Amino acid sequence: MINKAIFIYFAAVILLSAVLVITRKNPIHSVLFMLLLFFHIAGVFVVLNAEFLAAVQLIVYAGAILILYLFVVMLLNVETESKASRANRYWPWAAGFGLLVAAEIALLVARGTFPLDTAQPMRLGASGVKELGIVLYTRYLVPFEIASIILLVGLVGAVMLAKKRSSE
Amino acid sequence: MVPLNWYIGLSAVIFSLGIIGFLIRRNILIMLMSVELMLNAVNICLVACSHYLQDLRGQVLVVFIITVAAAEAAIGLAILVSLFRNKATVHTDALTEMKG
Amino acid sequence: MSTLFQELLKYIGAIYPEVIVVTVGLTVLIFDFFVDKERKAFLGWYSLAGIIIAAVATYKLMGTSGVFFGGAFLLDPFSTFFKFAFYAACGLGILVSINYLKIEDIHRGEYYALMLFATTGMMLMASAGDLITLYLGLELMALSIYILAGFMRSDNRSNEAAIKYLVLGAFSSGIMLYGMSLLYGLSGTTNLMGILAFLRGADLANPVLFLAMVMLVVSFGFKVGAVPFHMWVPDVYEGAPTSVTAFMSAGPKVAGFAVLLRVFLYALAPLHGQSTVIFSILAVLTMALGNIMALSQTNIKRMLAYSSIAHAGYALVGLASGGPDGAASVMLYVFIYAFMNMGAFGVVIMLRKAGARGEEITDYAGLGKTNKMAAFLMLIFMFSLTGIPPTAGFIGKFYIFKSAVEANLIWLAVAGVIFSSISAYFYLRVIMVMYMHDPKGEFKLATAPSLALALAISVAAVLYIGVLPADLLNFAKASIAGIM
Repeated sequence: MINKAIFIYFAAVILLSAVLVITRKNPIHSVLFMLLLFFHIAGVFVVLNAEFLAAVQLIVYAGAILILYLFVVMLLNVETESKASRANRYWPWAAGFGLLVAAEIALLVARGTFPLDTAQPMRLGASGVKELGIVLYTRYLVPFEIASIILLVGLVGAVMLAKKRSSE
Repeated sequence: MVPLNWYIGLSAVIFSLGIIGFLIRRNILIMLMSVELMLNAVNICLVACSHYLQDLRGQVLVVFIITVAAAEAAIGLAILVSLFRNKATVHTDALTEMKG
Repeated sequence: MSTLFQELLKYIGAIYPEVIVVTVGLTVLIFDFFVDKERKAFLGWYSLAGIIIAAVATYKLMGTSGVFFGGAFLLDPFSTFFKFAFYAACGLGILVSINYLKIEDIHRGEYYALMLFATTGMMLMASAGDLITLYLGLELMALSIYILAGFMRSDNRSNEAAIKYLVLGAFSSGIMLYGMSLLYGLSGTTNLMGILAFLRGADLANPVLFLAMVMLVVSFGFKVGAVPFHMWVPDVYEGAPTSVTAFMSAGPKVAGFAVLLRVFLYALAPLHGQSTVIFSILAVLTMALGNIMALSQTNIKRMLAYSSIAHAGYALVGLASGGPDGAASVMLYVFIYAFMNMGAFGVVIMLRKAGARGEEITDYAGLGKTNKMAAFLMLIFMFSLTGIPPTAGFIGKFYIFKSAVEANLIWLAVAGVIFSSISAYFYLRVIMVMYMHDPKGEFKLATAPSLALALAISVAAVLYIGVLPADLLNFAKASIAGIM
């Protein structure tokens, strides 16, 4: 019972802030609601015995990615942004199409069956950082190494594209 | 215990909100944030499945998704900054250099 | 401990072509500091040498196959076949870039490093035995190419191309991940072999399974530029630096088909009854829109973009046919496509001179008189893209349509033939402009040894495969035999 109450709280906040993220006119508000959303998703992760991911969610998503967004938002002129229209020209069609897709996803997911619908608590120690580390460094060593190259590419790209022009 | 369906349902709704946000907004920054919403929906689904399956692979994929999201955000925002320097706007309807 | 070490050595023995490409990419980044502005071409030749060494390494591994890292990495003839296509795309891409970068005044070694990293991503996509490896390989390729597309950062068109590509690419990755997460929730595994085992005993009418499949089709449709997920292709191809356009019209598209084949004809093979309907519809739409829109283009890069959409449509016909023959025809087709498209873009790059973009089709007026060689090469590539014998393009289309007929998709083959005859109009128009119109003024092409080498390799491949297709076809058939 208490589990369900906790889930409902998290889900309600997540849904509300998701709606606010995509509807706010001021990008700074969107970013801040995104922050709220990330915190509550981290809470969901804790409930699901994924403590390490909860920490990563907060450190990387909230701490790094969102701050990056905030920096770029600061570049924009909030004044003009709040006067401009928030949706594109095709938004009635786009919204209709989006709602159609959403309804379809909801319908298919609701009618579908997942074979593992037996709620059982995760084995103790089956989701610890240690086990995750062992899987990452054995079976998923190749993806792990690629992830490092992806970060390098991100670094090279960001420096190259955003550097001041004068150096050219 | 909370049934798995609740988590899948939550993830489906957030994913759909991400799609809708991506389609209707004209500010590229918000569009990129909608994509982050979609990725977070995927993460919830993966972690929930991983929990109910007693299997770590879902969590491994989430670690990688967050890593890639970080790199993608860095590159995307760098391109956006570069675009902003050239055109002083981040709206999709200003992207009209090419037609045909 | 020592057994663990031996195990690791065995694994490295399977993956060392990738290791070579990455190492060369990393050293390019380092050498970039020591090479001065006028000598950046050295880095290009160095990268090319790395690609050739990696190709030799892959050739040496050709006999061996196996499952490594608990199923995350597969070494099999299928992946080997595609790796050769990627080496060709990357090698030719480097060759057409060397001179072009000088003309565009881009003196940055990162360019070659990113190209090598993108190639590594493609190789891992072809070798992926697990959705996680597949996703990371895909993202490595995609992120590198987003940067390459925006490489001319003071150019508005390049900016726009990069941001459009990135935003839509990120969106399609999100869709793909959602499909993957549903598939994981259903099957309890991310391993392709495990998914296949699960599907053999599963209820195939489960709506969630259908949703997961549709999500994957949509996202890969984005990656290969299939209609109705093609809207980014024309703008990105037009705006990106031409050498990058050449590379990304060959490499990522071939990699996308490698993944489509591996996922839909292997892991999701039990669902082929449903997926073949989707692919047939996509194929018809893609061929129709690609060919019809190409008719009215005046910019040659944009025309080639629509033509590349149309070619994705032909390859989708093979995918819809399914089975070993359909898969082999797709492999043959994309391999040929990489060469002929690369060649066509090589000629386009020759027309790019300081001061003149040379991207309008009218810029080709009189090329047949002023520069016979370039015009003749363009003629061969245009013939090949149309599918006129004895060029390779004919062979590719022939086997695609043959597999469609054999799979009882005769209407699809007929549609393909009709649309490819429409395509003759806009390909042959370029030839007509080159030979029938008078030159507009003095013509001085931007030729260079590297570019000439790239064109020579492309034209040799197009003609060789066109005349003697048996070798490549048997290679493709033998490659597919391992996984089907």
